[in-house]
Amino acid sequence: MEKFKTITSTYVPLPIENVDTDQIIPARFLKATTREGFGDNLFSDWRYDKEGNPKEDFVLNDPTYTGEVLVAGKNFGSGSSREHAAWAIGGYGFKVVVSSFFADIFRNNALNNGILPVVISDEFLSELFASSSKNPKATVTVNLEEQTIVNNETGRSESFEINAYKKDCLLKGLDDIDFLMSNRDKILEYENKRAFSY
Amino acid sequence: MKTLFDKVWDAHVVTKVKDGPTQLYIDRHLCHEVTSPQAFSGLRERGLKVFRPEQTTLTADHNIPTMGQEKPIRDEISRFQVETLAKNARDFGLTYYGLGHSKNGIVHVIGPENGFTQPGMTIVCGDSHTSTHGAFGAIAFGIGTSEVEMVLASQCILQTRPKTMRINFEGKLNENVGAKDMALYMISQLTTGGATGYFVEYAGEAVRNLTMEQRMTLCNLSIEMGARGGLIAPDETTFNYIKGRQFAPKDERWDEALAYWKTLKTDEGAVFDKEVTFDAAKIPPMITYGTNPGMGMPIDGTIPTLDDIDNAGKISFEKSLKYMGFEPGEKLVGKQIDYVFLGSCTNGRIEDFRQFTDYVKGKKKADNVTAWLVPGSWQVRRQIKDEGLDKILQEAGFEIRQPGCSACLAMNDDKVPAGKYAVSTSNRNFEGRQGPGARTILASPLVAAAAAVNGKITQP
Repeated sequence: MEKFKTITSTYVPLPIENVDTDQIIPARFLKATTREGFGDNLFSDWRYDKEGNPKEDFVLNDPTYTGEVLVAGKNFGSGSSREHAAWAIGGYGFKVVVSSFFADIFRNNALNNGILPVVISDEFLSELFASSSKNPKATVTVNLEEQTIVNNETGRSESFEINAYKKDCLLKGLDDIDFLMSNRDKILEYENKRAFSY
Repeated sequence: MKTLFDKVWDAHVVTKVKDGPTQLYIDRHLCHEVTSPQAFSGLRERGLKVFRPEQTTLTADHNIPTMGQEKPIRDEISRFQVETLAKNARDFGLTYYGLGHSKNGIVHVIGPENGFTQPGMTIVCGDSHTSTHGAFGAIAFGIGTSEVEMVLASQCILQTRPKTMRINFEGKLNENVGAKDMALYMISQLTTGGATGYFVEYAGEAVRNLTMEQRMTLCNLSIEMGARGGLIAPDETTFNYIKGRQFAPKDERWDEALAYWKTLKTDEGAVFDKEVTFDAAKIPPMITYGTNPGMGMPIDGTIPTLDDIDNAGKISFEKSLKYMGFEPGEKLVGKQIDYVFLGSCTNGRIEDFRQFTDYVKGKKKADNVTAWLVPGSWQVRRQIKDEGLDKILQEAGFEIRQPGCSACLAMNDDKVPAGKYAVSTSNRNFEGRQGPGARTILASPLVAAAAAVNGKITQP
C-alpha cells in the first residue's frame, strides 16, 4: 500500500445521501477476478446512459469538478460489503472521501486500500457543498498526521477521528495481514487455551 | 453482567491492539465466487497458505444461472469467476460446494441447514448478509475482500468493538405479519443508517415466538439499517433446529455444546448502549416505495410528502421517487406490477416457499406477472418437491428455478427490465439492484404471493 501523505486538492461534490455500494459499482461489474479496472465503472449507472454515453448532468462528467477528494452526502457506502466499491473509488483517483457519516464495512474497506474516509459535521459538509458551488476550484487540505481537514475557501477546519493503529498503517503504508502474520504465536496460544472450541 | 454479544465477543479475543482494534478469532468462514478471488491472489502473491482450511467452506451462488446449471455457464466472464473459485478450492485444500453439488446453494442458506452455523460462534463471509447467522446466537458479519484474505491467512480479523443495541418486539404479531414485516417496519423507523456502529440483539415475545427461518430473515436485514450484525439468544427453538444436522455436534459433544449454549444469553441488568422497543401488534404488512430499505410503509399507507423530509434529504428523496415513478403522497395498493421474485438469503427458505404456496393454492398467477421462484439451496428445492409444493405451484402457473442469488442482485440473466416493477422478497431496493432501471418493491413472501396472483399490490 502507498503511504498516505497530506493532500491539498479541489474536490468533487456529490450531495446525495445514502449512496449505497450498488451505485458506487453495480453488481454486473463484479465478475472480475483482479482488483484493477473498477475506476472506469465508478457510479456507472449515474455516469453513463444505456448506450454508454456520459450523462451531462452527473458531476463526474462535468469538467468543472475534479480532484483527489470526493465529498458526499450522509451515510456514504451503505449496503453490500463489496470491496470493489473501494477499488472503484481508488481506481478513479480519489484518495479521500469526506462525508458526515459512513457505513461501517465501506469505511473498513476504504482504509484497507489506503483511502481515507473523513467524517465531518453536517454543518461543515453543507459549507463544503456551498463553497464548491460558488467556486468549483475551491480546495480542501487533509492532514492525516494532524487529523485535520481545512476548507481553504473559508478557512474553517475540523478535526476527524481515526484509531491510532489504522493511522499508523496508512502513514506507513502497512496492511493488517502484515500485522496478523507477525502475531501467529498469539493465535496458536488462543486456540490452545479457549474454553469451548468448535 | 454481560450482554449476549459481550459473552461471544470476549470468548474470541486473541489480543487487543494498543489504541486500535481487537484481533478476533473466527470459527467459521464462508466464501463465494464474487468477493474471494482477489483474496486468494493475495495469498499467492505473499506465498501464504490457508491457516485453518477445515474452517472455511466455499460455494458458488452470486454469479450463476438459475436455469440449465447442468450445462457450462454461457457468460464467459461469469464462468471464469466460478472456475476460479473451484481452482482456489483445489489449490488451497478447501471444501467446495460447486454447481451440481447436492449441498450447493446461497451461502447464508447452506450454513444453517448443514449445521455449520452454531450458537456462540464467530462467522464471517465476504457478504453483508452474513448477519443472517446471528439468528443462532452467533456473532456473524460481512467483511471486505482484504479481510477475507486476513481470515484465510490467520483465521483472525481486526475489528473495532461495536456498540450494543437491543431491539425489543413486545407482544404478539398480527395475522399475515412476519419477520420480513418486522424488519421493514424497524428499518423504516430507525432509517437505513440508524444502527451503524452497533451490533443488535433482538429480544421480546414476538422474537421468541419466531421460527428459525423467520429469525434468520430478521437478522439478515440487520445490515439494512447499518448494523454490522444482529443476534438472538439461542433457545429450544434453536437447539431443536440444529440437532441432527450433518455438522452439528453429536453424542457427548452435543451435551457439552448444549450446556455451553444455554449460558449464551444477556444477563439480567446488563446495559446496552442503546435500547429500542416496538409494539409487535402495531406492525402491519409492509412494502417499500423508495430506493433504500428504510423507505418502507404499511402496504395500505401513503408515500411521505416533501414536507415530511428534512432539507439535506430532499434531493435524495426526489431522486428516489423519480426513479421509482411514484409521486409524494401516493398510495401504492392497487398499483399494477410486472415481476415477482421469491428467493434470496432473506426469503429463500422452505418456510417462505410454504407460505407463498399456501396463498396461491387453488388460484392462478396473473397474466401480467413474470414470476421467478428461486429456492435458496438444492436442499430447499428437494424439500419443495418432497412436500409436493412444486405441484401446487405448477397448477397455479408457477415454476421453480434452480438455486442461487438470482434477481436479488441480478449478476446473472435474472434481470428485471428497466422501468418495470418487481415485488421482491429480497433485501435491497437500491437503484439498479435487480437490473439497470429496475424498480423494486420489497415485501414478505405473503405480500409477494398476493401480488403474483392479483397482478397488483394487494393486501394479503
